[in-house]
Amino acid sequence: MSTDTPDSSADELPSRAELAARVEELEQSLAEVSPEDDTKKMSIIATKGTLDMAYPPLILASTAAAFGYEVTVFHTFWGLEILHEEHSKNLKLSSVGNPNMPVPNVVGALPGMDRVTTKMMERRIDDNDTATIEELVETSLEMGVEFQACQMTIDLLEYDEDEFYDGVTTGVGAATALQDMADADIQLLV
Amino acid sequence: MTSEFNTAETLDVKGESCPMPVVKTKSAIDDLDAGEVLEVLATDPGSMSDIDGWAAGTEGVELLGQKEGDDVYRHYVRRTE
Repeated sequence: MSTDTPDSSADELPSRAELAARVEELEQSLAEVSPEDDTKKMSIIATKGTLDMAYPPLILASTAAAFGYEVTVFHTFWGLEILHEEHSKNLKLSSVGNPNMPVPNVVGALPGMDRVTTKMMERRIDDNDTATIEELVETSLEMGVEFQACQMTIDLLEYDEDEFYDGVTTGVGAATALQDMADADIQLLV
Repeated sequence: MTSEFNTAETLDVKGESCPMPVVKTKSAIDDLDAGEVLEVLATDPGSMSDIDGWAAGTEGVELLGQKEGDDVYRHYVRRTE
């Protein structure tokens, strides 16, 4: 290669042999620290259970699985609703606290408004053939995504294991999530 | 139109939107043998960029071509291994 070398004194440059030895040394230490399995991993923490916030973790999880990633999604607090088979089909959209909503907060706060905005969103999802939450959960499970239900939240909300989709992992806590995050190439909190 | 790439299977995801075209393409390609070509028919304009990006970032697949026309986006993906 005949690239221009920077203006450093040639005397200080290491010899080829020295460089080769150094490369070998580095490759060896790299082999020691890198796991043999080079499968990419993604870890998502899903904390929200509103209709709009249920989508991003599921879309990213299923897409990453399509890329061949090993994916775990740890569902905690209201994020657990996404894994609850019955509740996941009836997730609500809040009509207040979102300035992008077509109704002012003062109107959105009226009784029944959450139902109105949720219906509106559901109709749009249907009209656009956007996948439903149930569809995305089931597709993700088929593709090997591991959905984990935070045990502390299960106890807190007094859910039963049978209420979750088949294939959901229960009996896991923050330490499992932390381990997954430490091992992952991508970590997201949603 | 399909003869150009000698497709083994056709996946129809017309009407479906993100992330389904990519997710279903992955599932369909897993059912093919190495060397076989999958044709994907989609109406989601985002599928042009998404399937391109998916193929570039995924081991064992190769995007042979993409065509845009008559409101349908056609993608040709080969399973390489």
